[in-house]
Amino acid sequence: MRLVLPNPGLDLRIPNYEDLEKMEKEDGDRPKWDNKAQYILTCVGFCVGIGNVWRFPYLCQTHGGGAFLIPYIILLVLEGLPLLLLEFGIGQRLRKGSVGVWRAINPYLTGVGIASMLVSLLIGLYYNTLIAWIMWYLFNSFQGPLPWTQCPLNDNRTGFISECQQSSTVDYYFYRVTLNASASITDSGGLQWPIVICLLAAWTVICICYIRGISTSGKAVYVTALLPYVVLAIFLIRGLTLKGAMNGVKYLFTPDVDELMNPTTWLDAGAQVFYAFSLAWGGLISFSSYNPVHNNCMQDAVILTIITGLTSIYAATVTYTVIGFRATDKYDTCISENIRMLLNGFELPEDSITASNYNAALHHLNSSNPDTVFGLDIKTCDMQKLLSEGVEGTGLAFIVFTEAITKMPGSPAWSVLFFIMLLCLGLSTLFGNIEGVVVPLKDLNLFPKKWPQEALTGVTCLVSFIICLLFAQQSGLYWVTLFDNFAGSIPLLTIGLTEMIAVVYIYGIDRFNEDIKFMIGKKPCIFWQISLRFTSPLILLVILVFYLVTQAQQELTYLVWDPDYDEFPTLASVPYPSWINVVIFVLAGIPSLVVPVYALCRLVFVRCKKKMNYLNTVSASEASCLFHQCTFVMVGIKCNIF
Amino acid sequence: MLEKILLLLSLSLSVAEGLCKPGVGEAYKVRFSIKTALGDQAYPWNKNEMFLFRAALAFAMRDFTNGEEFGVSDIHPCNETQRVSFWFVVTRPKTMDLVDKGTVEMAIKKSRNRINGAFLLTDKTLEFDGIYPTLAAPVSPDTPPWLIVFGVVMGAVSVGIIALLVYPLVQRKLKKNMDADDEDSDEETGVKTAENGANDGIYNSTFSDDERFTQM
Repeated sequence: MRLVLPNPGLDLRIPNYEDLEKMEKEDGDRPKWDNKAQYILTCVGFCVGIGNVWRFPYLCQTHGGGAFLIPYIILLVLEGLPLLLLEFGIGQRLRKGSVGVWRAINPYLTGVGIASMLVSLLIGLYYNTLIAWIMWYLFNSFQGPLPWTQCPLNDNRTGFISECQQSSTVDYYFYRVTLNASASITDSGGLQWPIVICLLAAWTVICICYIRGISTSGKAVYVTALLPYVVLAIFLIRGLTLKGAMNGVKYLFTPDVDELMNPTTWLDAGAQVFYAFSLAWGGLISFSSYNPVHNNCMQDAVILTIITGLTSIYAATVTYTVIGFRATDKYDTCISENIRMLLNGFELPEDSITASNYNAALHHLNSSNPDTVFGLDIKTCDMQKLLSEGVEGTGLAFIVFTEAITKMPGSPAWSVLFFIMLLCLGLSTLFGNIEGVVVPLKDLNLFPKKWPQEALTGVTCLVSFIICLLFAQQSGLYWVTLFDNFAGSIPLLTIGLTEMIAVVYIYGIDRFNEDIKFMIGKKPCIFWQISLRFTSPLILLVILVFYLVTQAQQELTYLVWDPDYDEFPTLASVPYPSWINVVIFVLAGIPSLVVPVYALCRLVFVRCKKKMNYLNTVSASEASCLFHQCTFVMVGIKCNIF
Repeated sequence: MLEKILLLLSLSLSVAEGLCKPGVGEAYKVRFSIKTALGDQAYPWNKNEMFLFRAALAFAMRDFTNGEEFGVSDIHPCNETQRVSFWFVVTRPKTMDLVDKGTVEMAIKKSRNRINGAFLLTDKTLEFDGIYPTLAAPVSPDTPPWLIVFGVVMGAVSVGIIALLVYPLVQRKLKKNMDADDEDSDEETGVKTAENGANDGIYNSTFSDDERFTQM
């Protein structure tokens, strides 16, 4: 297919092969990786994030267990791999950050870079709040017994506070002690000071790790990218030796092939692959632009895909050993409690009912004295239900896992290890995130040119910290969920799709093939050709359309922690207030719309400039009329954005 | 004389049995979970253990009422089950008047640990129906440990930032001093070439890169 849109002046905007070779030999002022390992570790750290621990295992288990691996791996290869090659290749070839790359391909496409930057910024804000919560739990893990094992006492010291009594110690600790969650997003309450100082700690740590760009973050990734694997191994060994671990693993991997017929399975698999690879954030393009010109980016893409896929499965196994342990423990407690109630109710000797003959005994008693049994209010203990409880997102890390850890011997140590692992996973993703924010800001000349890298990082972190105070309010949890749902979904898909179309049809797939041949030594094979031209854009388009359709049909509701709710401790489902539509537009609409709006503004600006040149030869009245038309783009000229 | 005493005793016993009615009046229910607490080392429940219970409760009453001479015979159990649970009432010494529930409750609360200790049990395994144990307050240290860890982390990070910012400035200053010394020594020797930096041949990328980005 020779379909390429006209793109005049492309050769003048990008360095040609001789320039690239020359740049390779000279020591330019562009940062460089110290070695290949740093680059690979940074990319692995960026792609492997908290989502691999708390999103993928949940998806795997709800969509048919082991059978979910089939759509996941298929989409990993068909969707993730080509997009990775695209971002790596284009960054390495054009040697610029995301704004620079799209501006070089075509100045009208600069909007794609700006959109990437906005999305990275919005995601970075709420992601760092999660890091702040993780830090809070980490700081509080250095004591035994752990603070979430105990409920505070009520006033007359005969029982616990009712909120804690009705829910559980871990729920209370998360929603009340840590977040002090209000009952709705409108009720913002005051700032939660522990969260504010944890946010300060989180932003300061990011600042110091990225203070000199990749020369400092490149050193930090040796720890943040490798430590999670070590901790996961330790947890795997610990997990497999716990009682009931195999229940969890079996539950996770039991295949249910019927789920493959369900389109949501494929949709979720596709979305997970897309977000897991951190595509369209702009960070990967930036990172590969620091590579030597002849680095084998195709091999890198394949390596990264394999590592991410294997890590997801590895993390899922570890997670489910712990979930299986917790579910088994809760099940045993439930059975013991029922046995106790039966013994007390029927005044039977202590050893007469044990866990093994519980079912038979219950049946016998129910048939002989059904009224008494009914009066005792025996709860049914359902292992499957316990295994499927709250095992996604913050619920997994802060409620299920923390509860499981309290039951392990030596819990403070396990808690510290777990939260350090989450911290490292989050930090390494944030390095890519902040790269995707700072480098475009530099390219757009929004900072004075004289400022050193340290100042850029410092200012970005400071401004982000101030905006993040929004999440330190009592309603912060609901804001984080809002950002998670809207800032990181539709805009990324739109940007990813635009990127593919831009590179394949505007930059030209033939030119891209030639570039790969120049950089690596061989042209991409037929698999890459077909997937880059057809299958990947098509898959992205399908996912985007489905996403838009399901989001439009969904009622805008969210879950709140409301002690006054009838079915407390279940989270109440409450509709969003009407002003939330504005916020959703800002989060999801503005980044997506920047691409066409920028192109339009630039079109107007170009026409205005032509008219300005023409102004020199026309009468004064015409000149003033034309001048008024063009005043609104003066800002663009001043900022040097155009 | 002997017959009178025997008559009185049997009367009192029968009255006492009448006094202890499960669920009514001043009776309390108590439940022992010996096997749950002690597992293999559980002792069997028998008359001697019952006697110990009555003695322990008599002690609790004496301790609470500061000297009223309660005895084992003032504690009247009834309705003993295989679960090892039974009801009991307490009567005043030398009379058949029932002691009210409130007093019994407070006496038991006061000496709960002693009663538990006598049977090697805990609040959960020796239960008095209706008397809730006062719970121990959760452990809370004076300085919250998280503040200490936070302080350590922030201190380390701040030191790191300052070091990273100050180090290049210090380097530059040292280099300037060294250059100034070199220049002084050069001037002394009197030879100064005009092309100080021109023979390095650094590739000046100004001419090749930026102009490729034409202002459209």
